[in-house]
Amino acid sequence: MTDVLDPPVQLPPPPPSHEMLEEHGHDEHHGPTGILKWITTTDHKIIGLSYTVTSVIMMIIGGAFAEIIRAQLASPNGTLVSLSQYNELFTMHGSVMIYLFVGPFAFGGLANIMVPIQIGAPDMAYPRLNALSYWLYLTGAITMLSGFFTAGGAANFGWVAYAPLSNSVNTPGSGADLWIGGLLLTGFSAIFTGVNICATVFYLRAPGMTMFRMPIFTWNMLVTGILILLAFPVLTAGLIMLYCDRHFGTHIFSVQGGGVPVLWQHIFWFWGHPEVYILALPFFGMATEIIAVFSRKPVFGYKGMVFATLTIAALSLGVWAHHMFTTGVVLLPFFSIMSLLIAVPTGIKIFNWIGTMWRGEIWFSTAMLMAIGFLITFLIGGLTGIYLASPPLDFFTHDTYFVVAHFHSVVMALLMAAMGGLYYWGPKITGYLLNERIGKMQFWFLFIGTQIFTFPLYVLGLEGMPRRVAIYPHDPQWKTLNDWSTFGAILIGISTILFVVNVAVSWKKYPSGDNPWDAQTLEWFTTSPPPHHNFYRLPQIRSERPTWDHNHPEHRSLTHGKHPELTEDGLEKVHSS
Amino acid sequence: MKVEAKVLLYLGLFFGIMNAVYWNWSLENAGGVMMFAGMLLCFLPGSYYYFWSRRMKARPEDDPNATQTSGAGFIGTFPGTSIWPFTLGMGAFFVVLALVFGIWFLIPGLGLAVWALFGATAEGRRGGTH
Amino acid sequence: MQTPALPPQGATVRARRWRHLRRAVALPLAALALSGCTIPSFYASEGATSSSKSVYHLWQWFSIGAVIIGGFVCILVAYAVLRYRRKGDHIPRQSQYQLPLELAYTIVPILIVFGLFAATLVVENKETANPATKVTINVNAFQWGWKFTYPGTNAFVYGQTTQNPEMIMPAGENVHFNLTSSDVIHGFYVHDFNFSRYALPGVRNEFTILAQNEGTYFGQCTQLCGLYHSLMYFRVKVVSQSQYAAWIASFNNPADEAAAKAAAKTTYQQTSSVVPTHGSTTKFGR
Ligand code: HEM
Ligand SMILES: [Cu+2]
Ligand SMILES: [Cu+2]
Repeated sequence: MTDVLDPPVQLPPPPPSHEMLEEHGHDEHHGPTGILKWITTTDHKIIGLSYTVTSVIMMIIGGAFAEIIRAQLASPNGTLVSLSQYNELFTMHGSVMIYLFVGPFAFGGLANIMVPIQIGAPDMAYPRLNALSYWLYLTGAITMLSGFFTAGGAANFGWVAYAPLSNSVNTPGSGADLWIGGLLLTGFSAIFTGVNICATVFYLRAPGMTMFRMPIFTWNMLVTGILILLAFPVLTAGLIMLYCDRHFGTHIFSVQGGGVPVLWQHIFWFWGHPEVYILALPFFGMATEIIAVFSRKPVFGYKGMVFATLTIAALSLGVWAHHMFTTGVVLLPFFSIMSLLIAVPTGIKIFNWIGTMWRGEIWFSTAMLMAIGFLITFLIGGLTGIYLASPPLDFFTHDTYFVVAHFHSVVMALLMAAMGGLYYWGPKITGYLLNERIGKMQFWFLFIGTQIFTFPLYVLGLEGMPRRVAIYPHDPQWKTLNDWSTFGAILIGISTILFVVNVAVSWKKYPSGDNPWDAQTLEWFTTSPPPHHNFYRLPQIRSERPTWDHNHPEHRSLTHGKHPELTEDGLEKVHSS
Repeated sequence: MKVEAKVLLYLGLFFGIMNAVYWNWSLENAGGVMMFAGMLLCFLPGSYYYFWSRRMKARPEDDPNATQTSGAGFIGTFPGTSIWPFTLGMGAFFVVLALVFGIWFLIPGLGLAVWALFGATAEGRRGGTH
Repeated sequence: MQTPALPPQGATVRARRWRHLRRAVALPLAALALSGCTIPSFYASEGATSSSKSVYHLWQWFSIGAVIIGGFVCILVAYAVLRYRRKGDHIPRQSQYQLPLELAYTIVPILIVFGLFAATLVVENKETANPATKVTINVNAFQWGWKFTYPGTNAFVYGQTTQNPEMIMPAGENVHFNLTSSDVIHGFYVHDFNFSRYALPGVRNEFTILAQNEGTYFGQCTQLCGLYHSLMYFRVKVVSQSQYAAWIASFNNPADEAAAKAAAKTTYQQTSSVVPTHGSTTKFGR
């Protein structure tokens, strides 16, 4: 190692009267332990881990619902569950997966742990607010799921809760109210996490960590945070209106009192479409990091990537009514062109990922396989999204299995990226690697299972099978395709079991060291797991890859095919703007 | 601070233009109002950051040539542990249960919330536990 | 895709790259040519109305685009994955930007998107046009069934869940539809029309359909509307114009008139006598 960079400096000791950055090692010896430690912690890593574990449990619960749904559809006259149970199952499957798994896993789990470390911060900006987020999320999840234990069963109006089906006449009972209450709680938890991420990124970056040196994952989380703040309050307001309609006799969404049912759809999707990008952007970020690290190259087109993320955020606020094309009361051309345009930044990202791999040295670890699986599966989901953005094609496929297949391609891609994130960052969080053999098996089950699961659904949709039906007695020939899809779902289920097995098998077995992947960003500079306030020391930050620059000073990024100029003391010369 | 401000201001500007097109063309008020509010939500913090970015000198994290020593010093107060988020969370939980199972759940709900409010404030004054 | 370090080697690399590129474009086109010069259906179908056919063609063009773009990206990924697998502890060139390339894959997609949008507009305008018509059918959806009334005549059809009410409409003629709902949101969907529209409470949704092929088509509610949503079927029977006139005329006695008046006013609801038992082996006609 040459000394192109000056040696990492020790942070100065804290002044006596203040809580400071440095406070490591000894903190395990005092302070609460056990369950009390879990309840009172404000450490972003512990909160993030709680979020991660809770949301993976939610994924398993939601997955179990999905397997029951698929088993029911394995025959045209399935009798495994009743019609009303079926409605509860798909409602809770969608709700658990969207509200309680994908989002919280991304911004409450991995982002909560990684964003502060990636920018060299000691913790989130508001640690106690962060803890509150977790408690709201946990109680929200419990509230929503407890609907199953009420007399009328859980909510059964679909995860979108269209008015007037969701009013107190058509859906009486406390299951629906528990759904609304649970969603209010998790909604607030998301808002608080969004505030926290934005404030952390804006105020707690390490010296030299300029905005355009943040890792892509952190950039994406910042934009996700902004989108959360733009979108979630709308959902919260909508839920309160819905509750008032149900219990206080208002008629916001019901025709009888002069209300407008479609207003609910406007409100819901004004949150709902930004939400799909709130779900997607974190995983785009994870895949970006993984692909760069395992190709041993910088992110190709870093600035283009940031620009694409911002463009997606900008457009995502103007496309909500592509979910409402068939209402007949929205401005078709506007929403059509805006939705089509979102494909452009998405395409930029895909080409940048390929550019990152191009001429790299690709190491096929489980994390990398998951990221490539994500890339291919997301490509399929994105391309079918383009069809749906065209109103005539949407008229023809709306509310059929084609739409179900579209978003399952997308969200299964996100699941692959999520798994990649766990394999990639797991060692950083715990200090131990997961077993790669089982990991690769898990990947193949997940990837092949996903394609076998979604492809028949596309065809079924085109043959006219509507979504959210428990039986299809008039078209028994659909059984074959449904069986294939069920088979794919079983493979996906096996992959989930393999993941759990892997965690059990590898438990504290394969110590990872601090930087097992020769990774690039700041979180790999500290120990695994990181100390209480994350860093004992920080390297000089001169690019978006401080750890790589420190480990491979002779292999810095060639900004435009050229090596950067160096100053006399060996530091990269940067012209401050 | 400049980049942060610009990100928000440009987003807000885009929402403003998009909304001008949308609202005038569709005459649909719900989306128009929500998008307008989105624009304001970007302009509010964006203009605040912009205002300050022009008045203060670059912070170490905005300086591409900053060394680690230049940023050393007091960063902020980070409470080690605190029971109050949990208390407040439970309070919120009971308040929501009151929406479903009856008004009497408000008693523990608001009780816990108010208790947490006082507790957290007092803790903040002391500079955090641990 | 950067300028290679050594010119001679670079030349071969570039030639190889071209070959790959050409193959990427040629493959899907060859597949098209092989399929007998007719464009494949991509699992959709032509349908029975004039606009369903336009939608079908739009579908085909979108699909061709998707296959080409998707295939191109897949080939790039496959090439990268196969060609650049890690062989040793070598650290590759750390190149990061390639502005012309980045601009190309920004601008080309924008052009494609505007092309798709233009094609969309053509079909969309055709589908949402509301020309003057002679025949009007009022469709009213309710939990869980359909009522079809024919304003200006005594004809009406209604039925719930498993009863499969059959809407009669003439072929070769624009028919105007007024779609309403008396309770929650339902979806009026006829697969062979390649078309669906919500039945919204408080809104009258209007559209025009020109059926071209006679026959009986299956329809179903597609928007979740409660317990028996899975069973909210109907049929559409497209008949010749003379058959249609005869059918309308068959309602021409005073009893029918009274019944039609009453039906027009009634808001139907599911009656327990036709509530299906779940999992029954009832045969559903198609
Ligand atoms: C290229 C980008 C995309 C485009 C153009 C697109 C377009 C669409 C359209 C037009 C619909 C409405 C279909 C209908 O209901 O008839 C839809 C549905 C949906 N999309 Fe996408 N989409 C894209 C990416 C995504 C992403 C990234 C996600 C998730 C992370 C996603 C998740 C969903 C979901 C969950 C639904 C179904 C909502 C429901 O339950 O009705 N999409 N998409
Ligand atoms: Cu959307
Ligand atoms: Cu229905």
